[in-house]
Amino acid sequence: MPTVPGSSWGRWPRHAHAQCVPVSDRFRAPDFADGAPCLPWGNGRSYGDSCQNADGRLLLTQGLDRFIAFDLDTGVLECEAGVQLADIIDLVLPKGWFVPVTPGTRFVTVGGAIANDVHGKNHHRAGSFGHHVTGFELLRSDGSTRWCTADGQHAAWFAATIGGLGLTGLIRRARLQLRRVPGAWLTGQSHRFGNLAEFFALSRESDRDYEYTVSWLDCTARGDALGRGVFMRGNHAPIEGRVPRERALRVPVTPPVSLINRLSLQAFNRLYYARPSARCDAATWHYRPFFYPLDSVLEWNRIYGPRGFFQYQCVVPPEPAQDALTGMIDAIARSGSGSFLAVLKMFGERPSAGLLSFPRPGATLALDFPNQGEDTLRLLERLDEITRAAGGAVYPAKDARMSAASFQQYFPRWREFGAFVDPRFSSSFWRRVTEPVSCKES
Amino acid sequence: MQRVLIIGATSAIAEATAREFARRGDRLFLVGRRADALEAIASDLRLRGAPQVEIRAQDANDRSAHETMIDAAEAAIGEIDSALIAYGTLSDQAACERSVDQMLAEFDTNALSQMALMTRLANRFEARRRGTIAVISSVAGDRGRRSNYVYGSAKAAVSAFTSGLRQRLYRSGVTVVTIKPGFVDTPMTAGFKKGGPLWASPADVGGAIARAMISGRPVAYTPWFWWAIMQIIRNIPETLFRRLSL
Repeated sequence: MPTVPGSSWGRWPRHAHAQCVPVSDRFRAPDFADGAPCLPWGNGRSYGDSCQNADGRLLLTQGLDRFIAFDLDTGVLECEAGVQLADIIDLVLPKGWFVPVTPGTRFVTVGGAIANDVHGKNHHRAGSFGHHVTGFELLRSDGSTRWCTADGQHAAWFAATIGGLGLTGLIRRARLQLRRVPGAWLTGQSHRFGNLAEFFALSRESDRDYEYTVSWLDCTARGDALGRGVFMRGNHAPIEGRVPRERALRVPVTPPVSLINRLSLQAFNRLYYARPSARCDAATWHYRPFFYPLDSVLEWNRIYGPRGFFQYQCVVPPEPAQDALTGMIDAIARSGSGSFLAVLKMFGERPSAGLLSFPRPGATLALDFPNQGEDTLRLLERLDEITRAAGGAVYPAKDARMSAASFQQYFPRWREFGAFVDPRFSSSFWRRVTEPVSCKES
Repeated sequence: MQRVLIIGATSAIAEATAREFARRGDRLFLVGRRADALEAIASDLRLRGAPQVEIRAQDANDRSAHETMIDAAEAAIGEIDSALIAYGTLSDQAACERSVDQMLAEFDTNALSQMALMTRLANRFEARRRGTIAVISSVAGDRGRRSNYVYGSAKAAVSAFTSGLRQRLYRSGVTVVTIKPGFVDTPMTAGFKKGGPLWASPADVGGAIARAMISGRPVAYTPWFWWAIMQIIRNIPETLFRRLSL
């Protein structure tokens, strides 16, 4: 398999693990007592160290990949936690159903989608993944199991486990409420916007009539063009078209240096903005290129070379959003770095279901940076300053470096959450962000 | 639509193979030791497209129960078109060197019970002049090596047995398929250090097995490159081979 157990999608950091324990039998508990602390590992699509557990054990859940029940009339699906969204779509789409919320890759497991309370282009309508989980079975290292639901007996465990980064125990199976769709296609529009003010206006106008909205931002543009980008919006639609080929390309080797540099960034961003299809009043998309443009290039994360890359995804509240985003684009430009893909979206108002959930009202910006050591870390810390000042947060699933002080400000309920962490579970991320914060840092 | 009997259906490779048959809309009868695991797999296969999946919890080492097991399968899903023998244990070589009983028990599971089962299936299929018998042997059976020669020699027996059986049944139109997987990332190989190009996923191997069973390929190395690797290993002269620690 392309994804090596224990790796993360950003390919940095690379921790060594004491043991990888495959879990493929939902009727038998792994031996938790014997050995180092555990962390469930689904398909390694988290970018940083939230899916790593240095010197600890990983519980590999890819073998927990069975469907349990699917009700064609109600769209309720029950499956094991290692089932990937791609498998669900293959099963249910021909029957007129779709996943209610999906991140930008369909190669994530259900357990991982719950543990990171993932979001998608329909957050302003549908909220995040946790809102569509009607229940799951949580196995603790003491051997106890709980069926957790949003308002049942174990509601507190439910809230801790949604977005709980796999730390509250092992999710073995889950029940999801899918959404009906007329088919595999979407229709909508694509518009250029010249600056951030236009982006916010387009968002306000679109969120009412479009289930899915997302923008690409040209973060290499400065001056008058600062904050320009392309806004896409779409809805499921009962149309038919030529299905794109399923076969994906693969980045076959890791180049010795990152192929993403200042030159390639500028060229790509200019072309992407200028391409004719950036403006289209009647666009149609198959769901795969619409939701998963990068899934068609397997192992695309290799293009950043052997040192890997950082993702940075923050959310900032609506009021300071324009100033904060301007400050970030400016800081990125001034650092001489740049992001190949910058993705911008307005989250909706719906409160997330988890104690540690990332989505909250405001503008969310996701950026990729090749790992250039200290320079990159300095830039990211500068972005964190802006996020902190704006009262925002950074997404743990994509993080490999935020300080403990930042995390504890972004996720004020982390101590409350701590009471639900399984005593035999841990992660490199969790150890890093729960370090005592010294006065100097805070 | 085919009617497929799988013995050892809870193994990761067997389950992956069964998913291929389910996708094709075949009927399945699954035999394994644990009813709960079998029921979980059966529910999954039904959702994946199998019109009928029946299960039977039984230890295939119990040779006296083989005939009733095949009877039960045919009563449940009809005359079997294709049977896959997929169970086995990866023997603990060191323990088998210390204990003759353990060595014999491993041979029982990995060779004798499978040969018994093949004989019963063969006689039935031969009389009907149709059917496919597939068995998961191993590249380990191509040459005895010090690291696992108990497992390897049991698989060698299975491979030789299927070769002869294939010749015998050829004239009656019955197909015998010998499957030789290399390293597969399954719970059975949990003790190994994994990763690297030699390791295959159960899904890839399962797909290859289903294709071999459908096309009636006599011997299927999976992934294919193991054929080349085993050609080399088989041709190392014994005077040199005995010095190696493979």
